[in-house]
Amino acid sequence: MSIHIDPRSLRKRKNREAQFKALSYMAISVAGIFLVIFFADIVRQGYTAFQQTEIAVEVTYTQEIYDNPRSAIDEKIAPLVSRGVTRILPMHLRENPQLMGKTEKLWVLANAEVDQHVKGKANRLKPREVTLVDEMRAAGEIRKAFNTGFFTNGDSKLPEMAGILSAAVGTLYLLAITFAFSFPAGVMAAIYLEEFAPDNRLMHIVEVNINNLAAIPSILFGLLGLAIFINFMGFPRSSALVGGLTLALMTLPVIIIATRAAIRAIPDSIREAALALGATHWQVVWDHVLPLSLPGILTGTIIGLARAIGETAPLLIIGMVAYIQDMPRGVTSAATVLPAQIYVWSSESLRAFTERTSAGIIVLLVVLLSMNAVAILLRNKYERKW
Amino acid sequence: MNRFLKKTVFALALLVVGSGMAHARDQVKITGSSTVFPFSSYVAEELGATTKFPAPVVESTGSGGGHKLFGAGMGPNTPDIANSSRRMKDSEFETAAKNGVVDITEAKIGFDGIAIAQNKDNEPMSITLEELAMAVAADVPVDGKIVPNPYKMWNEINPSLPARKIVFYGPPTSSGTRDAFEEMVVEKICGKIEGYEKGYKKIRQDSAYVPAGENDNLIVQKLSKDKDAFGIFGYSFLEENADTIQAAAIGGVTPDAETVASGKYPISRSLYFYIKNAHYDAIPGLKEYVELFMSEKMIGKDGLLKGIGLIPLPDDARAKVREDVLAKKKLTLDDLKKK
Repeated sequence: MSIHIDPRSLRKRKNREAQFKALSYMAISVAGIFLVIFFADIVRQGYTAFQQTEIAVEVTYTQEIYDNPRSAIDEKIAPLVSRGVTRILPMHLRENPQLMGKTEKLWVLANAEVDQHVKGKANRLKPREVTLVDEMRAAGEIRKAFNTGFFTNGDSKLPEMAGILSAAVGTLYLLAITFAFSFPAGVMAAIYLEEFAPDNRLMHIVEVNINNLAAIPSILFGLLGLAIFINFMGFPRSSALVGGLTLALMTLPVIIIATRAAIRAIPDSIREAALALGATHWQVVWDHVLPLSLPGILTGTIIGLARAIGETAPLLIIGMVAYIQDMPRGVTSAATVLPAQIYVWSSESLRAFTERTSAGIIVLLVVLLSMNAVAILLRNKYERKW
Repeated sequence: MNRFLKKTVFALALLVVGSGMAHARDQVKITGSSTVFPFSSYVAEELGATTKFPAPVVESTGSGGGHKLFGAGMGPNTPDIANSSRRMKDSEFETAAKNGVVDITEAKIGFDGIAIAQNKDNEPMSITLEELAMAVAADVPVDGKIVPNPYKMWNEINPSLPARKIVFYGPPTSSGTRDAFEEMVVEKICGKIEGYEKGYKKIRQDSAYVPAGENDNLIVQKLSKDKDAFGIFGYSFLEENADTIQAAAIGGVTPDAETVASGKYPISRSLYFYIKNAHYDAIPGLKEYVELFMSEKMIGKDGLLKGIGLIPLPDDARAKVREDVLAKKKLTLDDLKKK
């Protein structure tokens, strides 16, 4: 008996396949194009922020500085210099009285308007100042240098001074606190649910609820944090401790789910072999299941933490989206985080903050991408096939 | 398990230590209006940079949210200062008093205009406050009856206006700018017309008014694409983006520092902050912050805050306010009741 294939039907099926392939291809291209446009736009707007304009000035220390700090600099050039430079002169002189009467030649920060002009962006310089800046630039007295201030300063209202240091340190604090609370709790909860929990109705309810928690909008965790940690426990508002605990609540279900999946992937033969040799149930978990599932657990944890450091919504509720200039000096002092810093800059009226906003986004994206890369590397290195 | 156990114990210990702290604070805490936020944080930074005190923490919660936190009680866990883009409400004063916040000083720092702006390429537009109200109100009088706003084009309101679609990008309901706009435009006009209920100030909810989020930069960006549209936002954004947008004249007056300060431009409001006087002794830097904020260097005629969009008070008013604030003049309910 021969199998009869209708050539028309075959063609039709092959056509279908081609169409389906084309559609899938289009879907991935659209996603790819959006991603490229997004990255390109952010980089285009933000790359200029990694350079900052500096200006060469002669600073003369006189008694007059105490009343009018700007008098230290030639009055023609003074309007081009950042306020961040002149306003600290009185304090600098008070601490270093030997400078009185001396003149120093320094490269100092130019103000944001000069900076934007040098970078070819819209600015509010007066025509007279524009000529002066162009002359000084031709004479080599205005230069663009790598913007170290962006990484070593805290937030500022002067765009040329604004940096991400305090937000970055705040993010580290939050990350550490989030990890310290959610990792042990999450892993232990998952071990219990996978290895020890009885199979009854109560446990099913717990399981369903954990899965639901992972899908709750993050802002609700902010409300929970406000109610429990600030209003009930009385921790200080805006502090890294409250922020970290709130994000820990949010990350907990993610870690539990990832850990359970990792534990479930360990074949039963491992457990049975250990039990057969007389190990207690506890020894099986501690000596065999946990070490073998650790790469999976860590991958899940890193992805959960990466999600947590990109969060602003819950932090808005607990007062961390604010003007916080200084680095946190402990878990109870006020702190802000990178995404909150980006949000604050994006609503500034001064246009020089636009490039800073984009530069902040670039830094955050780099951090997130590296965290995800570490997760992938861990998985590839330690992944075992059974 | 030992490592995990240790971590958990450590975590719990941290929690206990944390909750045991009714700690003193060495940093001023400020909360409230997002309109006052840029000025407040500017002064905060200046204080941090030029003195030994750490820079105060300034939170932007909106005026209402700020008063709620401010009036929640006394002590280091409550803010020392509430920023506000309107006067404190009687109800807020009473709540605060009930929670033990009785000695408050009010500081008026200047004005903020609300600009009605459009794309720079458009013909300049001049409308009256009435025409503006008729374009944005939810209900308008037609033939003596109050009906849901039927106007789609400006020339339907007044034939002498251009045949241009009515589109506004403005602040959402959560915003203080929106409150102020409702009061100064819709309530002011509709309150005078018969047939409206008392205190009417509803803004239309159809496609003619698009709530565009709290971020005024987004509204400015929208105007460069949508040439029919008008944007409603704070004066400082108009000043900063003068190369791409222009303000409409309201009743023949365009907003600038002078017309807003003199009150000739009709859509402007005063900005305030409120201080807990009892916190002066406990919180280092609070006195210095208030003194710096009230100084001529900051809110003066050519002060630093003018550079970022604050419109200063007239000279004599400024001197009076400064004197009252530095003397810690106690705010009373009667002060709030008289306008």
